[in-house]
Amino acid sequence: MDFLVFQYPMITVQACLDGILLGVLFALIAYGMALQWGVMNIINIAQGDLVILGGYIAYFMYLYGIHPAWGVIVAPVIMYFVGIAIYKLVINKVVDRDLFISILATFGISILFMQLMNFAFGADVVLANSGYGTTMLFDSNVVLPNSKIFSAFISILFAVCLVIYMKKSKLGRAIRATAQNTRAAKILGVDTEKVYAATFGINAALCGVAGALISITFTIHPYMGLPYTIRSFMIVIVAGLGNLPGVAMSGMGLGVFEEFADYILGTEFRIGSVFLLLVLILVYRRFKLSRKREYLK
Amino acid sequence: MRLNKIILSFVSALVILFSTSVASFAKVVGDKIILGAAISLTGKYSSNGVHTQNGYNMAVDRINSMGGVKVGGKTYKFDIIYYDDESNPKRAAQLAERLISQDGVEFMLGPYSSGLTKAIAPVTEKYGVPMVEANGASRSLFTKGYKYLFAVLAPANLYLDVAIETAVELNGGKPVRIAQAFEQDAFSQDVRLGILDAAERTGSKIIIDDKLPKELNDMAATLVKVKQMKPDVLVVSGHTKGALTAIRQIAEMKVDVPMLAMTHCDAAKLSKQHGKNSQYALCASQWHKSLTYKDDFFKDGMTYAADFEKEFGYDPPYQSAESSAALLVFKDAFERANSFDQKKVRDALAATNMQTFYGNIKFAPGGQNVDKPMVLFQVMCDASGSCENKVVAPLKWASAKLIHPIPKWSER
Repeated sequence: MDFLVFQYPMITVQACLDGILLGVLFALIAYGMALQWGVMNIINIAQGDLVILGGYIAYFMYLYGIHPAWGVIVAPVIMYFVGIAIYKLVINKVVDRDLFISILATFGISILFMQLMNFAFGADVVLANSGYGTTMLFDSNVVLPNSKIFSAFISILFAVCLVIYMKKSKLGRAIRATAQNTRAAKILGVDTEKVYAATFGINAALCGVAGALISITFTIHPYMGLPYTIRSFMIVIVAGLGNLPGVAMSGMGLGVFEEFADYILGTEFRIGSVFLLLVLILVYRRFKLSRKREYLK
Repeated sequence: MRLNKIILSFVSALVILFSTSVASFAKVVGDKIILGAAISLTGKYSSNGVHTQNGYNMAVDRINSMGGVKVGGKTYKFDIIYYDDESNPKRAAQLAERLISQDGVEFMLGPYSSGLTKAIAPVTEKYGVPMVEANGASRSLFTKGYKYLFAVLAPANLYLDVAIETAVELNGGKPVRIAQAFEQDAFSQDVRLGILDAAERTGSKIIIDDKLPKELNDMAATLVKVKQMKPDVLVVSGHTKGALTAIRQIAEMKVDVPMLAMTHCDAAKLSKQHGKNSQYALCASQWHKSLTYKDDFFKDGMTYAADFEKEFGYDPPYQSAESSAALLVFKDAFERANSFDQKKVRDALAATNMQTFYGNIKFAPGGQNVDKPMVLFQVMCDASGSCENKVVAPLKWASAKLIHPIPKWSER
């Protein structure tokens, strides 16, 4: 174990910035998950696979000579309809059942997507080059790939647009009403079936955006979806449902935490430390809740 | 009663059908030697699985069309039963069992990857079935005392130690400072052991030793360390993901390091996916088409590459070449054993000492090929941005001079 962070202070700055840029992207995926979870009570195990599918859309645009950054516009449009299709075919049959059934169903979708993508696009690891260059800070001791800055910026843009949409639009209000109380929403004339489909579509569209950004900043591969599912799951657990600022903060916090764990404990403990954090947070929450309960007594 | 009779006759018909089908698959039928192989045709290894299968098929066609295998005065032809192992070790082991105990295969070809070979080897060993494999390089395969496992390729720990030795040589014989990042899988960890050995031999110091996760797609943290600590050599091994991620982030973060050594560059199609950014990367390879080894079937590397491209439409990666070589080894062993007795064939395999277009082949008691050094090539690009892999070590086959140190990003 070596403490590079103290030997080279610039690493601290680098780790914070890297973590924040990464965290914002994860937060976008997590926001989609939180939305769906809150509205439909469905934990989508196929979340990561939808992300990867979005990535392939951008990658194919890149292959055909279109700049992959346009993927952040094209991928969500296509993915919205993919989302609606998945809803009509599978999800609407499990939406009112208990959580376990929906987990099983989305797990099945996840496996199906992995195999289909592998079949259609091949098992090679691919990426899309944006050619965005690099930003150097502090006498070039801190480097930030512009592609990461771009992806963080786009993530924030989409998140902000979505929040405004949720607040102002009719559908947004219907979605929020359904999340708060499905029955009451139904009685008041909200077509919850439509709301569910739209929610699933919006989630898939967000995954599409994130996927396009990931193909620009990292790499994609048909079997690489699960880590994104797990990370977004964790962010949602930490932040709680229906808490957008919480999701953004916990996304960034998790990103920074991961980077520091990497420098201090070593790369091999990066993912492990995130899981440890999750356990600690759950224990803490339980502890806090039990105190509240005692107080109520 | 009548129903019972119908069931009974149905079952016995099935049994008869089954037993005849087993007979028709037995090891040598008529003029055919039937080999068995579990290959990853689907799943995460499917690209390399297909390369492996193409290599096998190419050699089968070539050997059959050039006179086949002569045993006991009779000419035989090769045939292969393939099953898809879905890139899953458990499935691979089941399929090996099935090939041997149901299909009656008595000689096996290896699957793709060290992990799957590890799963199959205990099965072939149990039944005493000789297996020539071409895609499992992990050192642990050759330390278990397997008697029926033969690998035409060099073991994983030899992949990159040439790079360390070259770096020391270029440093005037003085030790170097090494940064390394390896994925946590059997193969990459064996490559790492090789580097540790080389470092000890040369007195070099390892200053960064990162283990990358299986689902790696971000190694920025490692590269920040490299940027700050300025090692002489950076070694990365994490299959195609590792190679692609490393090149992308090294270019984006403008990491200057005098030598960058990697594995899986050609499988990752580095020069195609990254173009000029991959320039100067040093890559370990089992084979390169410009090597001048020769045999009677494929002539040499260049001819093999041309024929392969004509048949399959792409330049052969080394995974295909080594798979083709496995068939040449089998043919040679059958002819020397002059028998289909598994023990005799096994002994003949153990005594193999031959040259193929892919390299010299001679097996150590553990089963690994000890007569074929690894080659290192460097990605070199011309002004127009088109890049090519050129062999730079060992010097005997070098078609270009190693560019060292790698020019700084600010000077490119």
